[in-house]
Amino acid sequence: MTDRVSPAASAAQHRARRRARVADAARLLPLLGVVLFLMPDLILSGADAGEGATAPWLVYLFSAWLLLLVLSFLIGHFYRRDVAPEDGR
Amino acid sequence: MNLTLNLLVAASLVYVAILIVVAFLAERRAARGAAGWLRGPMVYTLSLSIYCTAWTFYGAVGYAARSGLEFMTIYLGPTLVFVGWWWLLRKLVRIGRAERITSIADILSSRYGKSNGLAVLVTVLAVTGTTPYIALQLQSVTLSFAVFAAPGTEPGDLTGLALWVAAGLALFTVLFGTRKLDVNERHDGIVSAIAVEAVVKLVALVAVGVFVVWGLNGGLAATGRAIATSPVAGWEAAPGRWAGLILVSAAAVICLPRMFQVLVVENADERHLVTASWAFPLYLMAMCIFVVPIAVTGLARLPAGSNPDLFVLTLPLAEGQDGLALLAFLGGFSSATSMVIVASVALATMISNHIVMPLWLAREADRRATISGDVRDLVLRARRLSILAVMAMGYLYFRVTGGSAALAAIGLIAFVGIAQVLPALAFGLFWTGATRLGAIAGVATGFALWAWTMLVPVLAEASSVVTSGPFGIGWLRPEAMFGLAGDPLLSALMVSVGLNTFVFCLVSLFTAPTPMEQLQAPRFVHVFDRAMAPRGRLSGPAGAEELMIMAQRILGATETQDIIAAEARLQGRPGDLPDVTPRLLEALERRLSGSVGAATAHAMVSGITGDAAVSVEDLMAVADETAQVMEYSARLEAQRAELTRTARELREANDKLTALGVQKDAFLSQVSHELRTPMTSIRAFAEILRSGEADAEESDRYAGIILEESRRLTRLLDDLLDLSVLESGQVVLTADEVRLADIIDRAVLAASGSGDAIAIEVSPDLEAICVRTDADRLSQVFINVITNAAKYCDAEAPKLRITMATREDMAVVDFVDNGSGIATRDRGLIFEKFSRLSDQAAAGSAGLGLAICREVMARLGGGIAYLPGQDGAAFRVHVPLAGRVADAAE
Repeated sequence: MTDRVSPAASAAQHRARRRARVADAARLLPLLGVVLFLMPDLILSGADAGEGATAPWLVYLFSAWLLLLVLSFLIGHFYRRDVAPEDGR
Repeated sequence: MNLTLNLLVAASLVYVAILIVVAFLAERRAARGAAGWLRGPMVYTLSLSIYCTAWTFYGAVGYAARSGLEFMTIYLGPTLVFVGWWWLLRKLVRIGRAERITSIADILSSRYGKSNGLAVLVTVLAVTGTTPYIALQLQSVTLSFAVFAAPGTEPGDLTGLALWVAAGLALFTVLFGTRKLDVNERHDGIVSAIAVEAVVKLVALVAVGVFVVWGLNGGLAATGRAIATSPVAGWEAAPGRWAGLILVSAAAVICLPRMFQVLVVENADERHLVTASWAFPLYLMAMCIFVVPIAVTGLARLPAGSNPDLFVLTLPLAEGQDGLALLAFLGGFSSATSMVIVASVALATMISNHIVMPLWLAREADRRATISGDVRDLVLRARRLSILAVMAMGYLYFRVTGGSAALAAIGLIAFVGIAQVLPALAFGLFWTGATRLGAIAGVATGFALWAWTMLVPVLAEASSVVTSGPFGIGWLRPEAMFGLAGDPLLSALMVSVGLNTFVFCLVSLFTAPTPMEQLQAPRFVHVFDRAMAPRGRLSGPAGAEELMIMAQRILGATETQDIIAAEARLQGRPGDLPDVTPRLLEALERRLSGSVGAATAHAMVSGITGDAAVSVEDLMAVADETAQVMEYSARLEAQRAELTRTARELREANDKLTALGVQKDAFLSQVSHELRTPMTSIRAFAEILRSGEADAEESDRYAGIILEESRRLTRLLDDLLDLSVLESGQVVLTADEVRLADIIDRAVLAASGSGDAIAIEVSPDLEAICVRTDADRLSQVFINVITNAAKYCDAEAPKLRITMATREDMAVVDFVDNGSGIATRDRGLIFEKFSRLSDQAAAGSAGLGLAICREVMARLGGGIAYLPGQDGAAFRVHVPLAGRVADAAE
């Protein structure tokens, strides 16, 4: 560190970075969801691929679903901690 | 336990009674201000579960039994919307709270310049889309009752039951949906009741699922094997259908009136959305997790031909699990009822705010009355009637169609219908350039295409219009618009939403937003970064009292007085009525719009304040008014200037009168002085003569003096008389054509006889000048000027030069002597009466000569003036010419 940055400024910068990261994650999450949820449509719509696909893809879809809502929960958690207090409420 | 119809009815009644108690307690808690967890994130999330209607509870299993995993799309779409809350829901909820949005129609109306036309369109669309959905719920309840009915009872026999259900739901909704006119449009009772219902239907479905997986199939692994060997083991969704259905359900979860109601309108805290972003997908997942096992097991265990839509109910029943069947029945019942209740509240809000109230306001406006009567009551009454109407329509739809279509079909039709609102809504939140006309055109296009491609085929199933197109035009066939004969649902979706979006964007690009839209658009698009600056308002004549009276009719006395008092405190005058500031109007309008919708609230406040920032026409009216005011003030200004001028003239006249008065006094004293002096000497000499003391010579001299003084007196009196006649304008002047030279000769001759010697030199040029004048009077003037020169010229050899000339239509005669002239300061005085510059040679002069000359010349249409810049005293006389120079006569 050649530049001298005050601890307060550094903390503010850190907070701002964290807030931006939470916002970005929240923005990106539905894109992940779209990719995950459209997967069967992209993969299975061929002629034979759909044979006996219900059981495994059922498991896949619920896993993806669970993953999404766990991620959403985490984002919500970080949002409450980092963003909400300063979101002009 | 043996389940009979009566037992079910009793159970339903008890269940409903519990709901009523819950709703009642919740309302009481909220009224006490102790809402607490009632408005917490969990209740919020549970209330969102009205997304899962009877269509989910019964229909999902049926859907899965027919099409495998496809049913999941209906829940994956909302999941994406909720985990992606940052994009749309966050904004929607923030706007909903900031603008006190009351419904999906209201948010569009607000965004697009508080356009009521758009609100009406969306309301009609929502009612059209929701009515079949309500019918669907009634149908599912009827079907579920029919399952328990004695063998041989046709479902049709139970339509009477549906009527009772509808009536009961209407009663409940009216009871808790319109108890009060809440400014926030929040219904704590209803929200609590549907939260309870959410738990009941989840528990019921999970219970059935657990029973099926572990009770009937013997565990997860066995269930997996059962799925693998079932008729729905394979992937059946056509390409694109999966994505299309996810899109439709994602749109629906945002736009469905009932979803918008719980998601945005009933939202008590923006942060609840953060919880709902994971909790609601979790709820949906829990609702879905056992659907496929139940479907597969039902297909395997129940006799062929059983209605898969009722597996949730019939499977436990067939397995002798009456208690579970009752729970499942209540779950289905609660799914149906919660949907119907919230949907009818949402629709009733829209109908009363966007159709009934504007009509009523328009009628009142026709009567030229401001808001009279209790609007509060009217709004509530309108809302109650709307609820009854919505319920009646649902019931009628159910009766008329007889519940023909499969549950899922109607559900999807409604979803696609309400998805027509999405383009206008989504673009409106992110694109300030989206216009009202664009929104109306887009929604109308989508609405029409949806009705044609999806509603008509259901309502007129086998008519020629559906099978071969209207008038036999094949490419207009509802199920294959523009020849798109693929998956009917997908083609209808793409045609309606696609063209909707296209038309919306196109019209928006080619139309200009109204001023109101320009004001509203940034409030929506930039909701997160605006400082909520109050909108500028034209200050209208509204008194705070008038506003208060109007607001009281809708918000109630306490609420209104709170707002007014708060504003008064802010303005630093507690206990007094506040000034009508834009902030107060803003606050009031926002509160009112929570009760009657943005457009109506705006109309009401505007109606009172005369706030006209609504449309170009209104702005033009304002401009016109301003112009009128300006014109009026210009007129006032002119009048003021005229008054000022008049006053000045009066003052001048007064000054003149005063001066004249002074002059008159001076004149009188002059005259008496002038008369007195000769009279004194006449009297004195007359006395001497009478006393006889004077000798003959003296007598002779004295008599001469008396004679001279008398002459002087007479002359003075003549002059005075002359002057007064001239000044009063009574003098009669003759006008003859005379040669100027003749008059001058006469005057010179007359003057030379008066005694004082002066050499007179008349310049000979232009002697032929003829003037039109009174010859005697003119010569009087000339004589006067000449005698004056003779009298006052102080040169040793006095000489007077008379020259003539013509200037335009005037003859100019100059009299110039070789004396010392008249001092500059005296030049203004010489024409005044009794003005004698010195007494040196004043004998026999009263000082009236030049005054008379001036008057005479004025009467003759000419003038006399002192001519400066000459060697001695010089006078210039103007006389009008006789028309032409008489040269030719020579």
